[in-house]
This record gives sequence, C-alpha cells and structure tokens, in this order.
Amino acid sequence: MSKYKLSWFLKLMLGLGLAFLYIPLVVLVIYSFNESKLVTVWGGFSTKWYGELASNSTILEAAWLSLRIAVVSSLAAVILGTLAGYALARIKRFRGSTLFAGMVSAPMVMPDVITGLSMLLLIIQVQIFLQNSELLGWLYFDRGFFTIFLGHTTLCMAYITVVIRSRLVELDQSLEEAAMDLGARPLKIFFVITLPLIAPAIASGFLLGITLSLDDLVITSFLSGPGSSTLPQVIFSKIKLGLDPQMNVLATIMITIVGTLVIAINYYMMRQTTKREREAAEAYRQEKIALDA
Amino acid sequence: MTLTMLKRKLTRRPGQRAVIAVPYLWLLVLFLIPFVIVLKISFAEQELAIPPYSPLITTDPDFGRLNIALNYQNYADIFQNFWSSLSSMLNPFSDSNGNNIYLLTYWLSIKTALTTTFICLLLGYPIAYAISRANPSIRNGLLLAIMLPFWTSFLLRVYAWMGLLGHNGIINNYLMEYGIISQPLDLFYNAFSLNLVMVYAYLPFMILPLYTQLVKMDDRLLEAASDLGAGPIKAFFAITLPLSKTGIIAGSMLVFVPAVGEFVIPELVGGSENLMIGKVLWQAFFDQNNWPLASAIAVIMVILLVIPIALFHHYENREIEEGAR
Repeated sequence: MSKYKLSWFLKLMLGLGLAFLYIPLVVLVIYSFNESKLVTVWGGFSTKWYGELASNSTILEAAWLSLRIAVVSSLAAVILGTLAGYALARIKRFRGSTLFAGMVSAPMVMPDVITGLSMLLLIIQVQIFLQNSELLGWLYFDRGFFTIFLGHTTLCMAYITVVIRSRLVELDQSLEEAAMDLGARPLKIFFVITLPLIAPAIASGFLLGITLSLDDLVITSFLSGPGSSTLPQVIFSKIKLGLDPQMNVLATIMITIVGTLVIAINYYMMRQTTKREREAAEAYRQEKIALDA
Repeated sequence: MTLTMLKRKLTRRPGQRAVIAVPYLWLLVLFLIPFVIVLKISFAEQELAIPPYSPLITTDPDFGRLNIALNYQNYADIFQNFWSSLSSMLNPFSDSNGNNIYLLTYWLSIKTALTTTFICLLLGYPIAYAISRANPSIRNGLLLAIMLPFWTSFLLRVYAWMGLLGHNGIINNYLMEYGIISQPLDLFYNAFSLNLVMVYAYLPFMILPLYTQLVKMDDRLLEAASDLGAGPIKAFFAITLPLSKTGIIAGSMLVFVPAVGEFVIPELVGGSENLMIGKVLWQAFFDQNNWPLASAIAVIMVILLVIPIALFHHYENREIEEGAR
C-alpha cells in the first residue's frame, strides 16, 4: 500500500468540502454573464453588466479609497508587526511582556463590533479634547481616511505579528549569533541577516494585511465619516436591499484578480523552493566528490 | 546566571527598547485604552448632548469637590428578570424564548457560535486530515484551494449564498423547474441559512490550525498501532485525536470567539428571529444613539469571551514553546 493513499472517506470529505467552498463562487461567476435583469433566472449570455459596473462611479470611487487605505495601513502594519514579532520572538521577557503578547493577538479574536466601538469612542474623546484645547486645536481631524487607517493598521498588525513571530521562532539563530561574534552591531545584524531571512514572511504578511483591510466592513463603519465609504460599505448597503447583477460582476472580477495573484505567487515560491533544493543537492554532490577524491 | 542570560544582558541596547516601545505604545493607545473608555461610558447615562452620555466625574463649582456618578442602569436593563428569562430560554417546551431581549440575544449568539464551531470541526477535521495525509506534492495545492475563497471578498461570498438560497433563488428555481418540488423550500432568513453561511465563512479558520497540527504527526505512530493490532478507528481515537488536541482548541477558538460577535451574516441571511448580540450592539449605538447601553453590551460580551480567549493564549503559547524546543 502506498504511503499517501487516502481512504474513500477522506477523499469523499475532501471532495465535498471543496465543492461546498466553490459551488457558490462558480454560480456567482456564471450568473455574472446573465442577460436577464432577474439575478436568479438565466436569460442568455451577455456582458452588459460589466459595462454597467465600469460606469458606476460610486463603486469605482469606493474601490479606489479601499485600495489606498489597504496599501497604507498594511505598510504601517508590516512595520509595527515586524517590530512586535521581533520583540516577542527574540527579546522575549521584558517588563509587561505578558500584557504585550495578549494585546498583540487580541484584535484577531475580538469581535469586530467591540473593536470598532471602542476605537470610535477613543477617537471621539480625542476629537473633543482637541476641539476644546486652545493650544492643540489646529490638530483637529474628521473621521475618514485617517481614522480608518488607524483601525485597519491595528487589526492587520495582529495577524502580521503572528506570521513574523512564527517565522522568527523557526529560524536558526546561529547565523545571527555568528554575526554577533564577528562584531556586527544589532541593527546591522537585523538588516543584513534577519530581514532577508524573514522577507517571505513579511511579504505574505503584507498581502494578508491588504486582504483583511479590503474585506473589513464593521470596524470601517464605526470609524468612517460622511463622504468616506469604502468598497465593503457600498457592497453591504447594496446587497442589503436585495440581489444586484453588478455585484456578480464585481465578485467575478475580484475572484479573477485574487485567483491569478495567489496562484502566481504560489508558483513563484514553489519554484524558489525547488531551485534551493536543487542547489543544495548539487552542493552535496560536489562535497561528496571532493571527499572521495 | 546562565551563559545565554549573560549574553542577553550584555547585548541589550537602547535600540531594543525602541523595538518594544513602538508597537507597545500603538496597542496601548489604540487597543487597550479604548476598552477602558468603553468601560467608563458603560457606567454613564444617555443624554441629549454631544457626546450623548453624561460625564462620570464632575467638579462641584461651590465646594470644589469631585462627584463621581456611576450609573448601573445599563447593566440592570441587560440583566432584568435574569432568572425567569433563563428558565424559559432553557425550557425546550416554552413558547416564548425568554422575555428579555438582551439575554435572549446573548444566548442565541452563543448557541449559533457553538453550532458553527461544532459543524466546522466535524467538516473541517476530515478535510484537514485528508490534506495532511495527501501526497506532499499536492498538499500545497489543496491547502491553497481551501484558502482561495478566504482571500476573495467576505461580503460577496455571503452574497453568493443569498442568490442561491432565496425564495426565488437559484436552488428553488431549478428544483421547481424540474418538478422536484411544487412549493419553494424555506431556505432563507432562518436558522438554517444562518448556520450554513456561518460555517461557510469560518471553515478555513478551523482547517488551517488543524492541518498544521496534523501534518506534524509522525506516521510511525500509526504504523506501530497497526502492528500492535489496533484497527484504523481505534488508532484514530487513541493516537491521532489526542495528538491534534492543540489544533482542535486553536481552531475552535478562532471560530467561536469571532462568531459570537458576528454582525454581517445574521444581518444579511439570518432573518428577524435570529438576532445576535453584535446586531443589538450596532442598533443600540447607531439607531438608538444609546452609547452607554452599547458600551455595557460590549463589556458583558468581553467578559463572556475572556475565558475562551485566555484558553486560546494558553494553548498558543504552549505550542510556540514546543515548536521552539
């Protein structure tokens, strides 16, 4: 019996699970090419809803705002998450480290309504303080891009910290120790050795941050002001009213972009791994030849 | 003092302090202090003002004294007729599902989250196990296939089910057209659609931690069990299940805790009877403009969730320590 042969039960469950995950998406994509105005009745092939979406300025503006927030907050979250992950994995015990570890992962499990509510109440307190203060009045800000950025950064940072911390924990510390023995300063060690080694984790953390930020509705709704609606907010208010063929189109476009990106990234990473393995095998062979000689 | 401790002491520099301080301060200001403010406002009274709640601490202008006015009314409202509500909620033969809207929604949220977690575990375990036992060359691809829907928009995935399940939805349309049913099935705006879409949305959160745990398992243990005469079912319960305990707990927490506060899915597919606490908080804040009540609801929700979150941390830390060894 081959080592990796799955029983019929496991194969069935895997198949059912994948079908469960994909059937709704496939149906959504198929019906995006529906001619009929009724979303659930097939009326022939057409791409007219694609044209409608392309001229829908509300959705396009919201998408652009979402994209900008996602990039900016993921960048900030990557920096904060790398620092936090490094502190947790390398410095470990410091004053308040337990509280720190708790705060880092709490936003991941905390329901969005609580995170959103509490951040909004803080922001309002700060706004009131700034409005009433004569010295700092010029710092006053309205809810919008900036406040959403604060919320998304905090949320994304939690996930990115976990990714980077686990990468650092797995990492062999001997390279860093060798550099230390050779007299390199910590900052140099970090930039020359540690950072390149954790670069894949940073990249995947950044992508994860983008996804989380683009997807968040609840925290955003608490933190956004009038005139700043992100894409999920527009989608939510549209689908609450009922089915809308433009949403099928939007979903199809998103699935296509995300699918292509994820598969391309994975393909690239797999090729890197095989390349590294081949190099290692080659080095081993050379070594063996040298030893035999 | 061990050598590593000495080395750590010698190499600690001011730079390290900044490494800790920047994220620490960020979280303190934007995550912890906001909770303290929620706690504070939960003891205030609703007022017609901006902001719409009363100050807790006021200074008396005549005497220069501090007045602290703690208002427990929000908590009292939430817990009114606690015992009678509780007994009628737990009684399966009672018509009224408890007469306290807040307690009822807390109960419904926990029930829905538990159901979701349980179904995710039942479905997710065999899937995670299958991937972890699959040929290593296709493991990554399968994992990617599980994760791919997670990377696409959450709202649009919920929307996909709205189109499928509705009264005039795609499933009902086809079943009617082929004469399998004469009346549309009641698939939407009820507990069925709520649980189905919750499971759909949270399933990857269960599969991933289970997979990371199961893939680490040593095959030789199962071979040894089989050599000693254990059947596959016995071997599963004696070896695989206990070894994956950490994954089960991590996965269950990752599903249960956010599911309790879920707002979007009940709002879109749950219907009016399946009110969850996230929605009640939302309504108290946005519709009734009652910030103190919304804060009190949030505080009780946090207290309810502290136990599972603490458990989650305990196991997460243990796993990391084991991984480091």
